[in-house]
Order: sequence, then C-alpha cells, then structure tokens
Amino acid sequence: MSEMHAETVPFVRETMLPAAPPPAREAGAIRWLRNNLFSGPVNTVLTLLGLAVIWFLISHFWAWFAHSVWRADSLAECRQIIAETWGEGASGACFAVIRERWHQYMFGFYPPELYWRPLMAFGLLMVALAPVLFSESRTIRRTVLIVSTAATLILSVALGIPMPALILAAIVMIGAFFVAERHAPWLLIFSALYPFLGVWLLWGGSVWGPLMVLASFGLGALAWVIVARFAPMLSAVAAILVALIWWIGFSGNAAEDLQGLIPLGITPVASDQFGGFLLAITIGVAGIALSLPMGIVLALARRSDMFLVKSLAVMFIEFIRGVPLISLLFVASLLLNYFLPPGTNFDIILRVIIMVTVFAAAYMAEVIRGGLAALPKGQYEAADALGLDYWKAQRLIILPQALKISIPGIVSTFIGMFKDTTLVTFVGLFDPLKGISDFVRANFAWKGIYWEPFIFVGAIFFIICFSMSRYSMYLERRLARDHR
Amino acid sequence: MTDVSAPANPPFRPSMLIYDRRYRSMTFQVIVFILVMALGWWLVNNTIQNLRALGKDFDFGFLFQRAGYDIPQTPIPYTSDDTHLRAAIVGLLNTLIVSVLGCIAATILGVTVGVARLSNNWLFARLMTVYVEMFRNIPLLLWILIIYALFTEILPPPNAYRGDDPAWSMILFDNVALTNRYTAIPELGMTNDPGSLDLGARVTISWATISFVVAIIAGFLVRRAILSWAQVTQDRTGVRPTTWWMSLAVMVVPSLLLIWYFGLHLVPPELKGFNFSGGLNVQNALVALWLALTLYTGAFIAEIVRAGILAVSRGQSEAAFALGLRPNRTMNLVILPQALRVIIPPLISQYLNLTKNSSLAIAVGYMDLRGTLGGTTLNQTGRELESIVLMMLVYLALSLLISGGMNVFNSRVKLKER
Repeated sequence: MSEMHAETVPFVRETMLPAAPPPAREAGAIRWLRNNLFSGPVNTVLTLLGLAVIWFLISHFWAWFAHSVWRADSLAECRQIIAETWGEGASGACFAVIRERWHQYMFGFYPPELYWRPLMAFGLLMVALAPVLFSESRTIRRTVLIVSTAATLILSVALGIPMPALILAAIVMIGAFFVAERHAPWLLIFSALYPFLGVWLLWGGSVWGPLMVLASFGLGALAWVIVARFAPMLSAVAAILVALIWWIGFSGNAAEDLQGLIPLGITPVASDQFGGFLLAITIGVAGIALSLPMGIVLALARRSDMFLVKSLAVMFIEFIRGVPLISLLFVASLLLNYFLPPGTNFDIILRVIIMVTVFAAAYMAEVIRGGLAALPKGQYEAADALGLDYWKAQRLIILPQALKISIPGIVSTFIGMFKDTTLVTFVGLFDPLKGISDFVRANFAWKGIYWEPFIFVGAIFFIICFSMSRYSMYLERRLARDHR
Repeated sequence: MTDVSAPANPPFRPSMLIYDRRYRSMTFQVIVFILVMALGWWLVNNTIQNLRALGKDFDFGFLFQRAGYDIPQTPIPYTSDDTHLRAAIVGLLNTLIVSVLGCIAATILGVTVGVARLSNNWLFARLMTVYVEMFRNIPLLLWILIIYALFTEILPPPNAYRGDDPAWSMILFDNVALTNRYTAIPELGMTNDPGSLDLGARVTISWATISFVVAIIAGFLVRRAILSWAQVTQDRTGVRPTTWWMSLAVMVVPSLLLIWYFGLHLVPPELKGFNFSGGLNVQNALVALWLALTLYTGAFIAEIVRAGILAVSRGQSEAAFALGLRPNRTMNLVILPQALRVIIPPLISQYLNLTKNSSLAIAVGYMDLRGTLGGTTLNQTGRELESIVLMMLVYLALSLLISGGMNVFNSRVKLKER
C-alpha cells in the first residue's frame, strides 16, 4: 500500500512548513475590533452611539472635574478661584466643601475629641468579621486583619486617641491577629463579644450596662445547663425566660449599683449626636446582623406544619412587605409612643434599627424560603431517614444548603437595606445624603452646593454596596460544591 | 401468622404534651397563641391608656372634615374646601399615576438594557453594565434628589423662552418645554368632543376614553379569536394561515377610526405671558420622581431580564430550529414561555417595590398618599394613629392587589409539572 502510494504521488514534502502568521485583519486588535465592535451594520451603529454617549459625558463633565477646587472656605470663594484660574465663565467643582465638612459627613455631630471611638468600633468590626467572612482563606484574612489594624491605629492616632486607649486597642488588635494566625475559630469569641464592645464604644457611658446585658446571656446558658439535666425539652424555654427576666427586670439596676460601687466608664454620647456615615453604618450593620437570624426564623415558621405558626408568619411577612419602609419609620417615630406603656421613651436610633431590621427580615424570610423550597425533597427525607430531629436536620442538613443557594438574594437584601438607611432622614435623623447635606447647605458659606456632596456620598455608597455584591460572588464561588 | 396489631395507645399523661411529637406541636401552638394574644392585649391596652392620657380618641371622623389645603396635581376635581377623605383619594390617585407610569417606563427600559447587556457589542454591553451597577448600588433617594436638583437648578424659568431670540428653545419639534417649575407637554385635543360620563362626586370620564378602551379590548378579543381559528386550521390542514395582517388590522384600525372620528390632535403648549398654557404643565416633582423611579427600577429589571434569558439554555432554541420553527415562532413558543417563567416572579416584586418606593415623593414634595393623608392631613388634624394606620392599610391593599393579580398571571405561565 505504501509503496503503491509512493509511486503514484510524485512529490511528498518531508519537512513541516513554519506556521504563517494569520492575515492582518484576522489577528490582534483589528480582529478584536471587528468581532466586538464592528461585526455588522447594527453593531457599528451601536458602537458609534456608545462613543457618542461617552464623548457627550466627557465633554460636559471633564472640564468641571478638572477645574476642581479643594481649598476654599465658601462656595463664593470657590467660584472666585475658578474664575481667576480658568477664566471668567469656566465651570468647576468645589470639593472644598468635602474637605471642610468631611467630619460631619463621617461622624455627624459626634464630639470631635471622641472621633477615635467610632473609628475604633469600625476597625474592631473588621477584626470581628474577619473569622466570619473569610473563614477559609488565610491570605485574605491576614490581609484584612493587617490592613484594618494598621489603618485603625494610624488613623486613631491622627484623630487624637488618648494613650491608654491606644495601647489597649493595639494589644487587642495585634493579639487578635496572632490568635487568628494560630487558630482562626478562636477569634469567633471576639466576634460574639463585639456587639457589646461596639455599642459601648459608640454610645459610651458605664461599662456595666453592656456587661450586665452580657450577663443575661451567661445566666441563660447557666439555666440551660441546669434545666437540661432533668428536663432537656424545657431547657431552651428556661434559658430564654431567665435571660429575659434578668435583662428586663434586673440588669439596669444592677448596672447602676455596680457603677456606684466601682465607677468605670467613658464619656456618654447621646443618639442625637450621631449622623453621617457613622449613623448609616451603625443602622446598616445592626440591621444586617439582626435581620438574618430573624429572617431564618420567619422562613422556617412560614414553612412549618403548624397551622397557627405558619399563618402568623405569613401575616407578618406579607404585612411588612406590603407597606413602604417610610411608613414603618413613621410608626417608629410617631406611633411607638402609643403602643408602649405610658412614660416609656426609648432611643430613636434603636427604634429605627428595630423597624429597619423587621423590614429587612421579612424580605430575608422570602429569600430564604426560596432557598428552602429549591432544596430537593430527598434532602429532607434523608435527614428524616437518619433519625435527626427537626432542629438537628435544619442545622446540619437543610439550612447550610438552603442558605448557600440564597446567598445572592441575601446579599442583595443587605445592600437594599444599607441603601434604605438614607430614609432615616425623614424621621429627623442626620443621614449623610440628605440630613447632613441639608445641614451643610443651611450655612450661608455653602448655600446652593448640590453636586459635590451628592457625588461624594454617592461614591461612598457605591463603594460599600459594590464591594458587598462582589463579596457575595466570591462567597458563591467559594461555597460551590458542584463541579460544573 | 400472628396478628400484628398497632400497639394500644398508651394512656395520656401530661408529660406527653412535651415529649410526644403528636401533642408537642399542639402544645407549642397553644403557647404561641397565648403569647400573641397577650402581646396584642398589651399593645391595645397601652394604646388605650396613652390615648386617654392625651385626651384623644380613635375616630376616623376627621376624614369628613374640611381639608383646607391645596394639592398642586389633582387627577379628580379638588379644592381646599373638600374633605380630608377626598384629599386622601387624590393622593392615592397621584401615587397610582407615578407608579403606573414608572412601571411601564421601567419595564421598557429594563427589557432594552437587559437585552443590550447580552449584546455582542463590547462597548455597548459595558456601557449598559456601568448603568446597571451605578443605579443598583446607589440609594434611590440620591437619584431622586439629583434629578430634582437638575430640574430646579439647571433648567431656566419659563420666561427664558420669551422674546425673539430666547435663551432656551422647546424640544421635540416645539412640543416640550423644560422649565425649573414644570415641564410643559402637549395635551390631547378633540375637534368633535362627545362629552363626558358623570360618575358622581364630580368625577367625570370622557366618552372618547371609554370608546378607546372598548375598542382596544374588543381588538384583543377578536385577535384571540383569529389566532385560535388559525390554530384550528393548522391542526386540520397542516398549513397555518397568514394572520399577521388581520391581527394588526383589528388592533389598529378601530383606534385609527376613532382618532379620525373624534379629530384627536396634540395641542402644544404656548408661552402666554409668564407661563406656558394650552398644553399640560406637569410639575417637576412628578417628572423627577418618575424619572428616578424608572432609571432605578429599570436597572433591577434589566438584571432580571438578563438572568431570565440566560436561564433558557441554548439547546432549546437549537432544538426549535431543528424542528423547523421560524425564528419568531421559536421566540413565541419556546424561548419566551421559559424565560417569562423565570422573569415574572421577580418582576412582580420590582413593581411592588416601585409602588412602595413612590412614597419617597416626600423628598420632592409630590403630593402622593403619604403627602396628603400621611403628611398634611396628619399634621393638621394631629391624628397620627388613624392617619398612619389608614395609610399603611391602603398601601397594603395596593400591594396585595398587585401581587394577587400578577400571581394569577404567573400561575398561567408557570411550568405545569406532574
């Protein structure tokens, strides 16, 4: 066969030709342009349209940005500087307002000598979140811890932190880093204590208040252990009852007595001094932390077999989802005084946090219910077949999978809630977007400044919300167990 | 074989209320019921005590008193001599106007952008991504304030359009004038006005509107009849008759005839003195709120649409082509039903969100339900409890109506399994 072939074919090339480069129009940038921008008449028109939009935006706004003024004391001075530098009639941004009022945008009316406290609360929040959010990647955790420790310590020195507090903070944060390096889950103890620490740092006052609330958890745990010896089913009830009784009935008096005995505390800061991003982040973080567990409970209740529990959950969720957040905030500011015993008057920020939490929890419950419904029936049946009781099945089999499925929805609920914190301006709180900006504009020097504060506040919101959505994508990838 | 009978029920002991699964749920529900009742009683009791202490009562009588305030935009006739109830209804109608306009525009925008994000055109798809991310990650309130500030700060007063060489000129073929107080748009005029139907309570509805609605509904019904006739013919003979021109005709021709009969035309606004008249002066609060709601919700809808289209696997359209279906039949019969199933439920909640977000009208002073009943009426009468409860109930009813209606639609398009 091969001999015959050799006879019939007059010429056989024996060496391989070197690969020729592709034709110029089928390679490199030209090919990419042809494929992605000019692949047909429609696409060409779209590309030109897109370029026109970009050109329009740049030609209108570039000069304005390029002529930014960062050092001025009033809008009039800004305009004067722009007119002097760029000629009469030139338009320019006056970011000097941000430079002069950044502290109000960040901290509201918090006492300036105490700015280090919210900063420290925020830095410690990062430390507390690191083992929760980045439990699997040591590199990311290490980066987060180092960056937040360094940034917090340097910035708090710049904000004038007193020396003892600085040393204490440095010990806590550097200690946390080494604990995390050794065994990250130990840091979760700090995460559990953080809510009390954070509240204490922000609002200040006696150290005994948060400690006594913390004690109610300790007493509850004690009750759990004791009751579980002879009535395991009742232990949860007993724990909750004991904790509630202590918390509502005794913790306030105990804290006062202890404060009288051993005065330990820092300067208290009232809620009406909160504002700006401090307020938005306080409400946002508290709402996020509280709405997830509440949402899970509501979702489980809505899928419960018990008719009463189910219908209560449905009514609650549908009611909350059916009304605008603004009306709930009005309930918090105007109506709560009617519903509570005469003479009760509790903190407006706390009321708003409760309403925002309830609102987000109803949405969260629906998202998680979707996740629960998406789980194959076999998972529930397998959990039953293994003889797991309801809570064990939920905790070990159902919820880990259902929550994983619902991550995108959960995070977008978080983002929506964080954006909604701007609505607190309508119940008289100073949110960064409207409350603080209106306050800044009320001053004669900055009367009529609109775009610069909007851009500044919008950019910060964008950064926070966008990183949350990117984090959810990272989490989805990290938790993906199927290999598709 | 021995008789295997179920073990006799053990005698009831109180401890079984906790340990026996059959009774435990009953126990639990009874406890929950008692707790909820106690909570409700506590709240009601507190409210009664607080109201008594303040010397107030719980009474909706204030709704029938004279309102005494003006509303800039009144879809039904309203003066300050009317009752608070009528003011609340005007507010509700204003809420509905901005919501419906917003839903329509946001759907159009969202579908366009959602499809454009999937475009092969790199630049165009990136631009759309920038739009979506910008609007999704920045609070709606900021967009409302920015757009409203654009209207009030950048646009000129109406008299900038005056003179032989005005500083500003009208856009869209001299039909729309943008000013810092209102947007003047053309109004529909009729040369052959058929009069109006009086619905009572000074509410009238033009016979022309009624006849258009009837014509459009009738057109839809006839089109359905034509399509089912085509289906029957196709099943019988295997050849589908061409129906597009018949559908088009029954949908369009009656409306065109009515337009001709009533002599419908646009009356463009004209500058008379210091203001525009002749057309419709839409207050900027409405336009800004509508634009912000549209752009914001449109970004969310775009993501929903994109996800819905991506959810239909490529094999589906390939299979349809392999079966010999033409592209538009593939779209109608294969792609859309599957994509809609993914799109509709989140779309409903976006419509609901838009309706609820329209309460941010408070930021621009648009008199919606919150502005009238939950705003001026509340402040004038001092009836916080009644006003807010009523407002929440109305919003709740609105939400339940929308979600109920859309759920019916959803159950028709959803996958029928087993």
